[in-house]
Amino acid sequence: MSMFPIHARAITVRRRGRDLIGPLDLSLEGQGVTIVIGPNGAGKTTLLRALHGIERLSKGEITYASPRPEALAAQAFVFQSPVIMRRTVRENMAYPLSLRNMSKSEISSRVDEVAERVGLTFALNRPARVLSGGERQKLALGRALTLRPELLFLDEPCASLDGRATREIEDVLNHEISRGRRIIMSTHNMGQARRLAQDVLFIHKGQIHEAAPADQFFTAASTDAARAFLNGDIVE
Amino acid sequence: MKHLLVGAIALIAMAGAASAEQMKMAVTTSFHNSGLAEVLLPEIQKDLDLEVQLLVVGTGQALKLGRAGDVDAILVHSRSSEEAFVAEGFAPHRREIMYNDFVLIGPEADPAGIAQAERATDALRQISDANAPFVSRGDDSGTHKKEMSLWMAAEVAPSGDWYREVGAGMGASLNTAAGMGAYILSDRASWLNFANKADEVLLFAGDPVLFNQYAYLPVNQDKHPHVQAALAAKLEEWLTSDRAKELINGYRLADQQLFTFNAK
Amino acid sequence: MGELWEGLAQAVRLLITFDSDLVEITLRSLAVTCTAVVIASAIALPLGAILAMRRFKYRRLTIAILNALMGLPPVVVGLIVYVIFSRSGPLGVLGLLFTPTVMVIAQVIIIVPLIASITQQALRELWSDYRDLLISLNTTIPQRLGTLLWDGRRALLTASLAGFGRAIGEVGAIMIVGGNIDNHTRVLTTAIALETGKGEFAMALGLGFILIALAIAVNIAIHTLSHTEQEGRW
Repeated sequence: MSMFPIHARAITVRRRGRDLIGPLDLSLEGQGVTIVIGPNGAGKTTLLRALHGIERLSKGEITYASPRPEALAAQAFVFQSPVIMRRTVRENMAYPLSLRNMSKSEISSRVDEVAERVGLTFALNRPARVLSGGERQKLALGRALTLRPELLFLDEPCASLDGRATREIEDVLNHEISRGRRIIMSTHNMGQARRLAQDVLFIHKGQIHEAAPADQFFTAASTDAARAFLNGDIVE
Repeated sequence: MKHLLVGAIALIAMAGAASAEQMKMAVTTSFHNSGLAEVLLPEIQKDLDLEVQLLVVGTGQALKLGRAGDVDAILVHSRSSEEAFVAEGFAPHRREIMYNDFVLIGPEADPAGIAQAERATDALRQISDANAPFVSRGDDSGTHKKEMSLWMAAEVAPSGDWYREVGAGMGASLNTAAGMGAYILSDRASWLNFANKADEVLLFAGDPVLFNQYAYLPVNQDKHPHVQAALAAKLEEWLTSDRAKELINGYRLADQQLFTFNAK
Repeated sequence: MGELWEGLAQAVRLLITFDSDLVEITLRSLAVTCTAVVIASAIALPLGAILAMRRFKYRRLTIAILNALMGLPPVVVGLIVYVIFSRSGPLGVLGLLFTPTVMVIAQVIIIVPLIASITQQALRELWSDYRDLLISLNTTIPQRLGTLLWDGRRALLTASLAGFGRAIGEVGAIMIVGGNIDNHTRVLTTAIALETGKGEFAMALGLGFILIALAIAVNIAIHTLSHTEQEGRW
């Protein structure tokens, strides 16, 4: 059973007396690539984490079409600075699967398949800590993909990567998109946003300032703030 | 690692099951330091097939262990405490076994001149008058109680900078006295067995008031039903036998007889 | 200075002659302390891990108490255990006083706070690294516990070894609850106290050197074992 559509109703995340996001409403359908953009501190990360269910909501609720535990189990999240476990690359990738009742051979074949796709086959038996920045992010992405999630969140996955690593990650993402994986990703690289987006959420001051299909947003954004942001102006 | 551990645990288990019959007896440090136990215990094991496990503590703690029922018998040397122990019903009776004697130890130079004293009380008075350093056990042990009764008899209230209560066992107190060049009251056995004598020598002994009576007290089964009263009675019988008399009177340390058997 | 040499010579003499009493009390020391470390680790490692990752109401208080207990004089622990296991005490019927078992219990009480506290400090950093991932993967508390303990095992080994060091060298508590009974509850440290009391400094020092050598040997052995196991890994 699919978790879509996802409905967020009047959600607010408030920390230390400050509203990080919200109150905002949002509905997400089950296909495509949604790119979340906005100035630094706008609340992109908090929104993604809230939708993934790892940020405690101060108000409002998020509902999935499928039962909540089932929906959460069908999601994966790639963090901006990848969480690298103190294990080998293979053990890192196998970790999410090892939490579920899955046979060793099944785990092994899934890890091999994903490692191939993200280009880490050569490093499978190395300790993960010796990987470069790009390889670490590929590891985190691969680890998320082993779960074959229905919905994949990525929070600025290429924020500190060089061009080559960024392209390799985008290649993997394009492959996943072509196979119909639902992706919600934040970025502040406008080129990347244009390359990948099918829908855009423009976040400003903790609110969804503008939501539109990608071609419409990039050619004719309807709000001043979005136009200013696209022009490269400082948006406060 | 695991094998070693298992082996070691097996060893502990075995140690507990080595002998058919076991009892626990609390004895004073001074008795244990005499080395007599190492002569008597193997003979007891041989004659009675009984393993006597010694808890070596001060008289105060020995009586406490008996009161709590944590041992089956005690062998101590503090008459008034023992009589109180019996009076309170913790032991059915008190059996005198043997005595040794206390001696006064001090620096070879003997600043208080106690070597020439007539009586033990005179010697203590001289130490106090000379303000010469004196180490007291201060631990409520039999030796400490003896020392307090001697000060009382000498009509001196020991206090001041020269009087040092260390609150420790005989050996530790002797170590302290040796380190400070102080006077100290010790039982003869502990002194003879003591290895770290430094400048200390035996200065005064022989006054009958210094005799030190050891008595055996089985713990009362009426108070503590779990105590091994039968074994304690067997041990008492042995300790008062001619066999024990021979071993006790025959025990020599540095060519000196330490204990005199006087059980009746 | 002369006494130190005599002590060293005595230690060598004891080792060369493979003195049977020495072997016995050394094995007993090892058995009691190893058992205590295993039991204490089984309690303290999960406890420390939970303190590292859970934010419950009395967490700070619990940590403060643990840290305070670390400084608790063993002799006080010994007294409390004695009073509890004395024939006149609440658990007196078990008849455990003056047995190796109660020595293990006393040592467990002494080292649990130490191991838990080191574990808590070591795993706090690991938890802050892993937190997002483990929550994102919907891990259960036992799964988080297992992951932290496994990935932090190096540091936890150090925690357990610290507990071993404290327990093997401890004398105050086991003297009271074990009674230092020859062939029964005498271990290296209580034997050292006994020899010191007799003024036999050379023998006491000899045993002391053997204790030090034993502690070092155990540490090296454990570290060597754990290193070969993880060579080329983390």
